[in-house]
Amino acid sequence: MELLKRFQQGDVEAFETLFRQSQAEVYRWIVQIVRDPGVAEDLTIETFWRIHKARARFDTEASFGAWARRIARNLAIDHIRSRHREWERSQQRLSVEWPDSALRKETREKIERAFRQLPPKLQSAATLALVDERPYQEIADLLGAPVGVIRTRVFRAVRQLRKKLERMGVKP
Amino acid sequence: MTGYGDEEIQRLLKEVVPGVDHELRHDLWPGMLRRLNAPRTSVPWYDWALIGMLGCWLVVSPEGILHLLYHL
Repeated sequence: MELLKRFQQGDVEAFETLFRQSQAEVYRWIVQIVRDPGVAEDLTIETFWRIHKARARFDTEASFGAWARRIARNLAIDHIRSRHREWERSQQRLSVEWPDSALRKETREKIERAFRQLPPKLQSAATLALVDERPYQEIADLLGAPVGVIRTRVFRAVRQLRKKLERMGVKP
Repeated sequence: MTGYGDEEIQRLLKEVVPGVDHELRHDLWPGMLRRLNAPRTSVPWYDWALIGMLGCWLVVSPEGILHLLYHL
């Protein structure tokens, strides 16, 4: 509590202590959503920058972790929202990373395009549930939504993806 | 066309969505410190003056909004 009060009053050492205590956790929340370590590092710093700027409004009785998580989550989701332009670049990287993949390049591009077209919240829920195979409760905590909502998002993501792939002519 | 089952969708996603290491590999504090010490970008006084003048103009003659929008 003392540490949070010092942080709220603008003590840089207190902020550094909080930063060092929480940076790995904040990074982990973000990287699970954005899937890019470099971007996750930048967004971790951005999260703490916003925390630092808003420190005067922080209620020292409240949970610092919950506050940080909310800021981190919003930044990560916003990043996915604005990432569409960067997608072309990642195409190249993906084809280099998985030379032995069973999927042909063209098919993979179509699938990725369909996936990137999903709304950001569906994308992140589907990634965590289907790619990382995280428990729904954990995803709900990470994304700040009830388990039922997460299940619905995953269901809708799969349904939309299926329709998009069928429209694109990608056959099972 | 045969539809995709849930497991098929999951398999395809695993093919295209990169797996990531969740662990932070280095300390980000030096980067944070640089950010904290970076000079703040501020709006120069003459920009504020221009914004103020524009605001006054729009209050005095609201029909100017249309002219402004036309020229933007």
